[in-house]
Amino acid sequence: MSAEPVILAPAEAIAAPPRFGAWRKLLRHPGVLIGGGLILFMTLMGILAPVLGTINPAEINPTFRNRVPGMERTIRADDGSTRPYKHLMGTDSLGRDVYSRVVYGARVSILVGVTVATISVAIGLLIGLVAGYVRWLDGIIMRFMDGLMAIPAILLAIALVSLFRAGLFSVIVAIVVPEIPRVVRLVRSIVLSVREEPYVEAAIMAGTPTPALLVRHVLPNTVAPLIVQGTFICASAILVEAILSFLGVGIPPETPTWGNIMAEGRSLFRVYPHNILFPGVFLALTVLAVNMLGDGLRDTLDPKMAKR
Amino acid sequence: MESEPVLDIRGLTVRLPAGADRLNAVEDVSLSVKRGEIVCIVGESGSGKSVTAFTVMGLLPRRVLVPTGGQVRLEGEDVLRASPQRLRELRGTRMAMIFQEPMTALNPVLTIGDQVDEVLRIHTKLNERERKAKVIDIMAAMRLPEPERLYQAYPHQISGGQRQRIMIAAALILDPALLIADEPTTALDVTTQAQILALIKDLQRRRGTGVLFITHDFGVVAEIADRVVVMQHGRVVEQGPTEEVLRRPQQPYTRMLIGSVPSLEPRPRAPVSGPVALETVGLAKIYGGGGFLRKERMVRAADNVNLHVRKGETLGIVGESGSGKTTVARCIARLIDPTRGAIRLKDAEIAALSQRRLRPYRRRIQVVFQDPFRSLNPRRTVGASIIEGPVNFGLPEAEAMERARSLMKLVGLSPDALTRYPHQFSGGQRQRIAIARALAMEPEVLIADEAVSALDVSVQAQVLDLLDDVKRRFDLAMLFITHDLRVAAQICDRIMVMEKGVVVEEGPTHQVFTAPRHPYTRALLEAAPGRSFGFGQAA
Repeated sequence: MSAEPVILAPAEAIAAPPRFGAWRKLLRHPGVLIGGGLILFMTLMGILAPVLGTINPAEINPTFRNRVPGMERTIRADDGSTRPYKHLMGTDSLGRDVYSRVVYGARVSILVGVTVATISVAIGLLIGLVAGYVRWLDGIIMRFMDGLMAIPAILLAIALVSLFRAGLFSVIVAIVVPEIPRVVRLVRSIVLSVREEPYVEAAIMAGTPTPALLVRHVLPNTVAPLIVQGTFICASAILVEAILSFLGVGIPPETPTWGNIMAEGRSLFRVYPHNILFPGVFLALTVLAVNMLGDGLRDTLDPKMAKR
Repeated sequence: MESEPVLDIRGLTVRLPAGADRLNAVEDVSLSVKRGEIVCIVGESGSGKSVTAFTVMGLLPRRVLVPTGGQVRLEGEDVLRASPQRLRELRGTRMAMIFQEPMTALNPVLTIGDQVDEVLRIHTKLNERERKAKVIDIMAAMRLPEPERLYQAYPHQISGGQRQRIMIAAALILDPALLIADEPTTALDVTTQAQILALIKDLQRRRGTGVLFITHDFGVVAEIADRVVVMQHGRVVEQGPTEEVLRRPQQPYTRMLIGSVPSLEPRPRAPVSGPVALETVGLAKIYGGGGFLRKERMVRAADNVNLHVRKGETLGIVGESGSGKTTVARCIARLIDPTRGAIRLKDAEIAALSQRRLRPYRRRIQVVFQDPFRSLNPRRTVGASIIEGPVNFGLPEAEAMERARSLMKLVGLSPDALTRYPHQFSGGQRQRIAIARALAMEPEVLIADEAVSALDVSVQAQVLDLLDDVKRRFDLAMLFITHDLRVAAQICDRIMVMEKGVVVEEGPTHQVFTAPRHPYTRALLEAAPGRSFGFGQAA
């Protein structure tokens, strides 16, 4: 007979599954806490915009153009009643309330950030898995991706706007397309290293069909890096959307976004800086928060970055 | 002065961080190295032998491992109390260290000459010409060919053995009193290992350097050591002159370790006469040779390999790195596609089948891989890993789980462990799980690719016994790939020796070991460390 049975020592039995610790570590990381908190705040602000003391952000009022923050006036509702209203952040050159526009603007920014991150990660993951695992497709896919990477988001947006019309859809497509190759590269490199792992080979020997092999043994390795990459894509998408709207090829001005509010205020920037200052501060805070969250996630999820 | 030891460690204790499996990494360790003496610290993984060496060099990770007691005197000076500044001076001039992995210990973007020269630049005031002369001198003393040309070479241009010689050259160039060698030959082939061991022995004799040599291999100990220190769980179990400890070990642990070293003497085995289960004809794997504009260089990883394994027989494929033994195994497992040749499984020809057509045959060949830490998916429970194959082939999950439970018992593990994750097991236990996983497929052919090479010697013996046991129990044809002649002698019925992609010798184990025909086989056998000692027979 073989050696005496090996009975597991009690010390080994207590070892906790690894995931548990990761969650707790995540919730203790300052970057994750502050970044996550700020993002939560911005998201709630966007969702609850109508009840946060705002008025119609698109309402033009020729009498009260370019007023400084804090100016009070009386507004008349549709049914004829009146009430006092304070322009916390002043008004822009068309007399629209900047505070309302900034609060509503959060909707577009967060929506664009999250949608772009989700779509590009999903598409990139799929293409990356195929490129990394199906060797003969790799060269073709990757050269195509190299080509995509050469297209600047802004040029693509201008082209899309001239083809269709400016709007949320064009903006999202314009930002997603150049982001996909970055995700593909990341996923492909992970797949290439994981496919050499003996446990993947063991699964091949066990007759596991390729799709199951990819989902069961390869995919889980991409989750942590993709969450991290996703947050960085989200941050850059928010910025790019602002840039596109600022340039006038993004979201049309009747929908307020931080980018087009700033574009509006650009001409009178020296006289009335508040038109650029307030949306700018919110934009900067949001991008900072997403990046902090991303850094925190990388610290806790990526074992290579973890300090001992 | 003569009698004072170069290195004197007294009562050294190094604390482990909280939450480790024991309180101290090393505890109350005392040993000494005299001038011109080679002292081997031998122990299994986790015995604290490397921590001891790193403490002497002052290379412990700060604040993680902290020496809490004892003295480490290097030529009378207590290293534990030396300032970082003083330690830097001592390293290189009075003590030096060489490491296990010569591939990563050299910087790939600097020339070899530069890297040896660096020691001189830092520690001496010699001018450039004098330094170069000294570097070439020491390289010649390492018996490196054409030192002038090597001076300009980059690490990737030379072999692993030469790299280790360069490391030794850099370590010895300032004539340190103490050389610490941490498993310096473990990553090398046996023939290269024999040369490096001879070199170290010769150098310390001529230069009078004290050597602290760390190893897990009793063969190496027998080959090189004047005195031996056996460590276990951070404590010194036994120490004394090599002859004394190896021939008359006092402690049961030492006796167990020495008894576990597989003998080079093959076990007597009756020839197996079952039906042929696996056969290859003219099997070849050739890389390159394609190329779009110009022809690529062709590498014949394996060429014209003819082998057969009978039911209930173990065929060993033995060779050094690059001999093609693993390529053959991977071709047979169809993890890579052979360039040409036939692979017959009983009467089915599987060499050229597409992955889809191959699927029904997958079940019949299974592999146990070398590295038990990477061959199990860390994210899946042991049970999920074991039943994956049977479930793929249509066995209901409950039945597969039942089979897994009985297999766990068979390989000596508790069936309750099926719900645990791989990180909760030790290396040997994981290898048992990997064997259970392979057996769950009810294969006809089992390929063990260096399956015991990553294991400690005491565990190695147990896993070897287990493999032999399951082979007999299930009447398997086993293909056993190894670089270790001792292991091959213990488990194989027949042996094939491969060199540079071709089979140079084949025959019954006993015949290959006692009357080798090919010079390469003879060289391999002669290079096996500790051969004069006859391990595994006395016990």
